[in-house]
Amino acid sequence: MTTITDTPAPASFRLSSLINDTRYRSYTFQFIALVAIIATMAFIGGNLVRNLAAAGLNISYDFLGAQAGYDINQRPISYESTDTHGRAAIVGLLNTLIVAFLGCITATVIGVIAGVLRLSPNWLVRKLMSIYVEMFRNVPVLIWILIIFSIMINTTPAPRAFKGEDATASMWFFDSVAVTNRGVFLPKPIYESGSLIVGIVFLLSIVGIFAFRRYARKQLYDHGKLIPTFWPSVALFFVPAILAQLVLGNPITLEYPELKGFNFKGGMTVRGSLIALWFALAIYTGAFIAENVRAGIQAIPKGQTEAAGALGLRPGRIMNLVVLPQALRVIIPPLISQYLNITKNSSLAIAVGYMDLTGTLGGITLLQTGRAIEAVLLLMLFYLTISLSISFVMNIYNNSIKLKER
Amino acid sequence: MKKSVILGAFAVAGLSAGMAAAGTLDDVKARGQLNCGVTTGVPGFAEPDANGVWQGFDVAVCRAVAAAVLSDSNAVQFVPTTGKTRFTALASGEIDMLARNTTWTFSRDVDLKFEFTGVNYYDGQGFMIPKELGVSSAKDLDGATVCIQTGTTTELNLADFFRSNNISYEPVPIETGAEAVQQYTAGACDVYTTDASALAAQRANFEDPDAHVIMPEIISKEPLGPLVRHGDNEWGDIVRWTLNALITAEELGVTSANLAELAGGTNNPEINRLLGTEGDLGGMLGLDGDWAERAIGVAGNYGEIFATNIGEETPIGLARGLNAQYTDGGLIYSPPFR
Ligand SMILES: N[C@@H](CCC(=O)N[C@@H](CS)C(=O)NCC(=O)O)C(=O)O
Repeated sequence: MTTITDTPAPASFRLSSLINDTRYRSYTFQFIALVAIIATMAFIGGNLVRNLAAAGLNISYDFLGAQAGYDINQRPISYESTDTHGRAAIVGLLNTLIVAFLGCITATVIGVIAGVLRLSPNWLVRKLMSIYVEMFRNVPVLIWILIIFSIMINTTPAPRAFKGEDATASMWFFDSVAVTNRGVFLPKPIYESGSLIVGIVFLLSIVGIFAFRRYARKQLYDHGKLIPTFWPSVALFFVPAILAQLVLGNPITLEYPELKGFNFKGGMTVRGSLIALWFALAIYTGAFIAENVRAGIQAIPKGQTEAAGALGLRPGRIMNLVVLPQALRVIIPPLISQYLNITKNSSLAIAVGYMDLTGTLGGITLLQTGRAIEAVLLLMLFYLTISLSISFVMNIYNNSIKLKER
Repeated sequence: MKKSVILGAFAVAGLSAGMAAAGTLDDVKARGQLNCGVTTGVPGFAEPDANGVWQGFDVAVCRAVAAAVLSDSNAVQFVPTTGKTRFTALASGEIDMLARNTTWTFSRDVDLKFEFTGVNYYDGQGFMIPKELGVSSAKDLDGATVCIQTGTTTELNLADFFRSNNISYEPVPIETGAEAVQQYTAGACDVYTTDASALAAQRANFEDPDAHVIMPEIISKEPLGPLVRHGDNEWGDIVRWTLNALITAEELGVTSANLAELAGGTNNPEINRLLGTEGDLGGMLGLDGDWAERAIGVAGNYGEIFATNIGEETPIGLARGLNAQYTDGGLIYSPPFR
């Protein structure tokens, strides 16, 4: 930049210097490339418009307001077949977000544990973890989705196995949880009046946990007194809320799943398709994250660990207090792209019949209305928005843990 | 980012470039091969046999068209399509015609811009369920988990049926027929629903077909037939009249056994017009006089094709029912060859 403004160009400028003069050459080529790109885009766009017109097609999003006519199994918001394609797309979007969210969290947990254990001094643990990483990284995720799904439907009993006197399967945890090949059925909390108070007490006790930990840290730093925090935190988490629940006469009750006819009814359902997809995405991406974590940890000079050891810190503390906080700076950027991968790979959902965005808008809606171009453009827009939002949030986090120069 | 937009635009442009229809007949002749879309495999309707040769009721339509146009019933490239890919394949020009138990509906004809060239099987949607569940009517399916193929009319009929009967169900959408069967037999769903003919066909391949019943209710009309793109009427005519030739041949008693003899000339003028010894119907289609003779010569007339692939003598065992000739009380009826 400076070289251009520094030298008074007009005097020495000749047309040939656009090619020969290093000051201008890169601009010349960039300009030519830009023109070529614009021309190509214009050609493609024109071709598209001409051919659409020739085929008698027009781009229109009216179909989003038309009745969808199909049912969706997992509905985070109310939806019926008489609702519109637009609403079906939203249901699909929410389903995508649900599985992506669950997948990201689980993959991170798995990845961090596996990544740390890959560096374990224990030979067996180290080898087991590298087998896990190599196995999952090197087989396509679609295959894992299908394998996990078929293992699930073939090893768990059908709902009808729970029926009758000679039932071959039974529910777990005092008849409250049923694991079937259709999914897992759990009790659902029902909130009656007074639940709000229990909720508030619960939130307050969480605030209390933080306050207590802060107090404990202050004691440690100021007076060198180490107060145990784990069990008091656990107690704070459970005791006040349970007390409130008992004192107020059980305002929060549970609705248990019950076998009625073909299937369990009532309670909460976590469908097999969600579990398979969630688990497959998490365990597959977890293998990649494990590698990122390992790389991040190895990027921290060994001297740091040794210095911490010399100060008398135990290995667990060294990892949590010295190594991981620094390693995060190396781990987070590739982690963002793993989160984006989970979101995008969740579009394989149809393989197990999970109705995500691709299954509704990009699948049934597209097929029933024939609006392929519109649906695909909208689909691209949705995925782009989700991905950019994830990057945005993660970049904020990344900036907050970046090395701050003072 | 920029790159993916460009690629996307290429894909879209490529898709629409193929849409400019017209001259399909010339294309097919120049290629020396007919590209025919079929299922990914439904026994009796379209499935490769042990030698990898496609066989079946829908396949026979493709072969008849190839014989009529190219004089070679083997000059067909069979393109397996799923419920999801079939219309894109046809609209983009990847295939010249689709013969894949596809239901003729208003919106597919008018909105998706396809031309159905007739009906080769009158069907309806049915339900299959394991016998041991002891359910006798589809109205008792409240709460059942139902396997369906996505992108089909099946999906919409099902929603309508359960809604109008005010019962609930859990849909499991699946991409291909084979996967649907796999999930149904593994017990991932209680019920499997699709066209009744396909239910019978797929059940024939089960380990224990007798353990499954097809319920008596038929909840929809599914006229299945071959289709082509809008906009090339000449090509549409060829496919339509090839199917009609097979149907008319049965009506007039032209079979693979007596075809050669009748092609020498008879005293029935309609047979003569069909087989090209009188008039020039083939020329009007842009083909030669023997087109229909070649089409019928591949596997016989409509009735023969039905009997060898899906008829009562086969493991699939479908009765003619609605698919009998109109003279026998069925709906199979070809306009006259005149
Ligand atoms: N007739 C319906 C359904 C057609 C359909 O998909 N039938 C299934 C029956 S199993 C099929 O052919 N599947 C074979 C495959 O997926 O390739 C329609 O046109 O939408």
